[in-house]
Amino acid sequence: MTEVLLNVMDGWPQGLQTLIVILIKITLILIPVMLGVAYLTFAERKLIGYMQVRIGPNRVGPKGWLQPIADALKLMFKEIILPTGANRFLFLTAPVLAIGPALAAWAVIPFTEGMVLADINAGLLYILALTSVGVYGVIIAGWASNSRYAFLGAMRSAAQIVAYEIAMGFALVGVLMAAGSLNLREIVLAQQGSILHWFLLPLWPLFLVYFISGVAETNRAPFDVAEGESEIVAGFHVEYSGMAFAVFFLAEYANMILIAVLTAIMFLGGWLSPFHGILPASAFTLPVVGALLGDGIHWFLIKVSLFLFIYLWLRATFPRYRYDQIMRLGWKVFIPVTIVWLVVLGVAIKVNLGPWFD
Amino acid sequence: MLSLRGPFMTQQVVFYIFAAIMVFAGTMVISVRNPVHAALFLVLAFFSSAAVWLLLEAEFLAIALVLVYVGAVMVLFLFVVMMLDINMAPLREGFIRYLPVGIVIAVLVAVQLVLVVGSSYFGLESFPAPEPRPAEYSNTEALGNVLYTTYVYPFEIAAVILLVAIVAAIVLTMRRRPHVKRQRPDRQVAVRRSDRVRLVGMAPEKKPSVRR
Repeated sequence: MTEVLLNVMDGWPQGLQTLIVILIKITLILIPVMLGVAYLTFAERKLIGYMQVRIGPNRVGPKGWLQPIADALKLMFKEIILPTGANRFLFLTAPVLAIGPALAAWAVIPFTEGMVLADINAGLLYILALTSVGVYGVIIAGWASNSRYAFLGAMRSAAQIVAYEIAMGFALVGVLMAAGSLNLREIVLAQQGSILHWFLLPLWPLFLVYFISGVAETNRAPFDVAEGESEIVAGFHVEYSGMAFAVFFLAEYANMILIAVLTAIMFLGGWLSPFHGILPASAFTLPVVGALLGDGIHWFLIKVSLFLFIYLWLRATFPRYRYDQIMRLGWKVFIPVTIVWLVVLGVAIKVNLGPWFD
Repeated sequence: MLSLRGPFMTQQVVFYIFAAIMVFAGTMVISVRNPVHAALFLVLAFFSSAAVWLLLEAEFLAIALVLVYVGAVMVLFLFVVMMLDINMAPLREGFIRYLPVGIVIAVLVAVQLVLVVGSSYFGLESFPAPEPRPAEYSNTEALGNVLYTTYVYPFEIAAVILLVAIVAAIVLTMRRRPHVKRQRPDRQVAVRRSDRVRLVGMAPEKKPSVRR
């Protein structure tokens, strides 16, 4: 596809060609992500509905399938209310600061071996830096709203995200040690072989810590004290309405998908097929079945959907954590677990423990 | 040596844009009245200096700056600054009185900086521009190699100093407060029904009457 484009633009300045190709690639990543966000909200309402023996949204469109579109339209046409005494500039900047990092992080995600926008060799660091910047949207929103509840939400969120980021960072150090690279594509390639070679098994505690910290970082239930609708109404976005609120909503769901994608890449082997080493090599050369059984973006999407399902499942199942228990879990349980496992991992790598590190 | 063509030109334009933003943000940090705004301008300054470092092909340091300072340190800063209700008027009362002393100190610091990191030691002539690295060159890996071989002792000493600082900070917050009740999660988890609830058998005091 890139070749066709380059042929069309033949003779244009080199810089312009590169720019247009990159912009088209960005569009090709962002449109599915935004559609995914829209239908993740629908999936959430449906799934939680079924888990609570309800039906969920079923009025707009066939079986309710147009519900997210209707929601988006409604939010777009609602008035954005500026609270009196709010800091106008920061109040309107906060949603942008929330969604900016959530979308920018997608630049380094490898969907398959060749499908990646920016194949940089510090990809893991880039992801970690950007996910930590996302908290500014929440803090600034809480402060600029000039509201007690919003401010409480912002304070809770700031402390919580700083706490869980450390555990998350240590879990990523484990992935880095096991893969020997910060490049996300090479991290996936380091898990080649069979389903046993995925980092899920050797990094099992780090996997748990990473995913749970990811749930906490995205302020999702059972760690959603920043919203806490039963205590502080809706937390940091209590004063937001219309599209400004919708942007926060988009950022939260885009972050959820991002965490699911990262977990799939780092622990479940991204686009790698689970059938390597189980089926004979001839099975992968069959005409259609072989393509389905072999590596490909479909395996990536299946793994991501699995983690998104767990996100929704957690929300439907668990009551909200008490705030001091969240802090205790982050500082006193997760960080020691990750440090201990880093030492174990170091020994395992040093003695070339098979089948992962030989 | 200002060449006006090719990628060099683009780099210079990008550099001047980010450098201008950085100087502007730095000035705003010390001149705006609202401390929260000052902290946010500091975040902007960190971002633009990270961009300048990226131009210098120091991508590890640039990303680490965003990760550590923007992602963690400034969040805690904002946390504290937002909770303080600072009245700026008394802080500005002595401004004129202290101005001469302030200027003297500022000039001294500037002179020292010029003497130490001035052009005689760090000028463009004393350092030839390094070769641009190929795309697959990993800055992080090179830095790690140097840190854990050539500079391993200074690196470890710096780590120990940081550890001492952490321990000291935690010790400072440790106060013995005997009257404060604390939660013990282990005991909360270990509690059994028999510890808390006593079931008492009691004969009904009178026969329940038939309601009509």
